[in-house]
Amino acid sequence: MISNLRAVRAIYVFEMARAGRTLLQSIVSPVLSTSLYFVVFGAAIGSRITEIDGVPYGAFIVPGLIMLLLLTQSVANASFGIYFPRFTGTIYELLSAPVSYGEIVLGYVGAAATKSVILGLIVLATAALFVPLQIEHPVWMLVFLVLTAVTFSLLGFIIGIWADGFEKLQLVPLLVITPLTFLGGTFYSVSVLPPLWQKLALLNPVVYLISGFRWSFFGTSDVNIGVSLAMTLVVLGLCVVGIAWIFRTGYRLKA
Amino acid sequence: MPPVIAIQGLSKTYASGFQALKSIDLDIRRGEIFALLGPNGAGKTTLISIVCGIVRASSGSVTVDGHDIVSDFRAARGLIGLVPQELTTDAFETVWDTVSFSRGLFGKPRNPEHIEKVLRDLSLWSKKDSKIMTLSGGMKRRVLIAKALSHEPRILFLDEPTAGVDVELRKDMWEVVRALRASGVTIILTTHYIEEAEQMADRIGVINKGEIVLVEEKATLMRELGRKQLALQLNGRLHAVPEALQPYDLTLAEEGATLVYTYDTQGDRTGITGFLQDLSRAGIEFHDLQTTQRSLEDIFVDLVRQRR
Ligand SMILES: Nc1ncnc2c1ncn2[C@@H]1O[C@H](COP(=O)(O)OP(=O)(O)OP(=O)(O)O)[C@@H](O)[C@H]1O
Ligand SMILES: [Mg+2]
Repeated sequence: MISNLRAVRAIYVFEMARAGRTLLQSIVSPVLSTSLYFVVFGAAIGSRITEIDGVPYGAFIVPGLIMLLLLTQSVANASFGIYFPRFTGTIYELLSAPVSYGEIVLGYVGAAATKSVILGLIVLATAALFVPLQIEHPVWMLVFLVLTAVTFSLLGFIIGIWADGFEKLQLVPLLVITPLTFLGGTFYSVSVLPPLWQKLALLNPVVYLISGFRWSFFGTSDVNIGVSLAMTLVVLGLCVVGIAWIFRTGYRLKA
Repeated sequence: MPPVIAIQGLSKTYASGFQALKSIDLDIRRGEIFALLGPNGAGKTTLISIVCGIVRASSGSVTVDGHDIVSDFRAARGLIGLVPQELTTDAFETVWDTVSFSRGLFGKPRNPEHIEKVLRDLSLWSKKDSKIMTLSGGMKRRVLIAKALSHEPRILFLDEPTAGVDVELRKDMWEVVRALRASGVTIILTTHYIEEAEQMADRIGVINKGEIVLVEEKATLMRELGRKQLALQLNGRLHAVPEALQPYDLTLAEEGATLVYTYDTQGDRTGITGFLQDLSRAGIEFHDLQTTQRSLEDIFVDLVRQRR
């Protein structure tokens, strides 16, 4: 399935170079928006809510904020990466090259995931300027970071193939990803919700991502860490299945 | 020698229900320049796109140097370079980067010398660090050709390479094509310019409404083209070609007011002298005459019209 590594590298380098050209905006805007969240939520609200689960509020929201960024950036990067060549027509070259679909995905999703992981780490460093942070399980933190970046880059790839206009490209992030992230416990612990809403919240896959990620920071979580990990892998698996289907049917790639 | 591309029973029906190709059979010979002629919408691009892996066939099979384009796509596609009809290029990348990218995509190891040679041959060397969006349309066309040649293909598809291209680039391009052919590369090009096919091709295929209506050696076609017609405007009208003139290839036109004699300019004798003598012996007089020659274009138009 993966034998043309030169092609994977070509796609990966091409995509990373695309990010490099817009380096400033791709770093500045997330850092700025995260800082704003800190000012608004951390300072304003944090002065009233002092602690959640024994963690100062300012620190508590850091994992959620990173996840918020990771999800939106992964989806945006990966969807744009594959949509743009479809839009301009340069995809002809990809389709006519001796590359397998697995190699195409590896190149595009690998680049998009790399970018969001780097951004996530930058935001983490920014956050550390605002609040004192401890990371109890750094390895698990990285595992969740990478898994989430890959999963949502895969989702972004699917969206980039499904979309037939720039509006649709933004539809899913706007209508699905952002609400799910906000409702998924970025700014609060799911355990503070009324029981019925807690049950509903558990249908939201983002809850597990944020909970697991938060656990790697503070050692406490809404949901059992094993369950979090399992759910993350399930979402990842679903995206892989979706992509396999797209490629088997040639959906929106080949007439 | 087995054909380098073998197309059998190839059909394509698009999702819209439109049948763009109707059971195409076509062999491309190793090392030839094959020109595919056809009116707009005939199916040229569709045919090329299927061979290159951009469009899926509805039925039929294609092998490239013996490799099936579906089950053995890596081997098949690795041999092919494609210059698409549309000017589809990146915008922000430099010429050098985009051409090197193509080479990597086709799994070839880095080879700056080869890329340099390709860029120089296409007069792109001075533009190698320019962003593609700053280039003119003709320059972008060159970039597309450079991308296709970056991975040293053994088969090159040129889908209307000279559309919107000035004389200079056309000359450059044909030089490159001739050099490629000399090195054994097979070239398939589509064009609307019949002179181009005449100049460049070894064989010519005509496609119309999704069907191949003719595949012929250019030399044979040119012989056909060598045929000339002499039209005589008669002083009277004839109801039939007179007995005495039967040996000649004659037809009557304009309700018997015009007599048309068809002859071969490339034969040793055209027979014109004898025909004119026999004509006056038969007592037929004329007051005017023209000669006309069928061009490839006429043959082409006839073929296309017959199928309407
Ligand atoms: N994706 C598509 N969906 C539906 N119909 C299509 C599609 N692509 C091409 N067609 C139709 O198939 C027919 C053949 O198109 P094709 O592009 O192969 O023609 P062509 O011979 O290359 O024409 P031209 O000389 O204009 O480039 C046309 O009628 C076209 O409208
Ligand atoms: Mg065409």
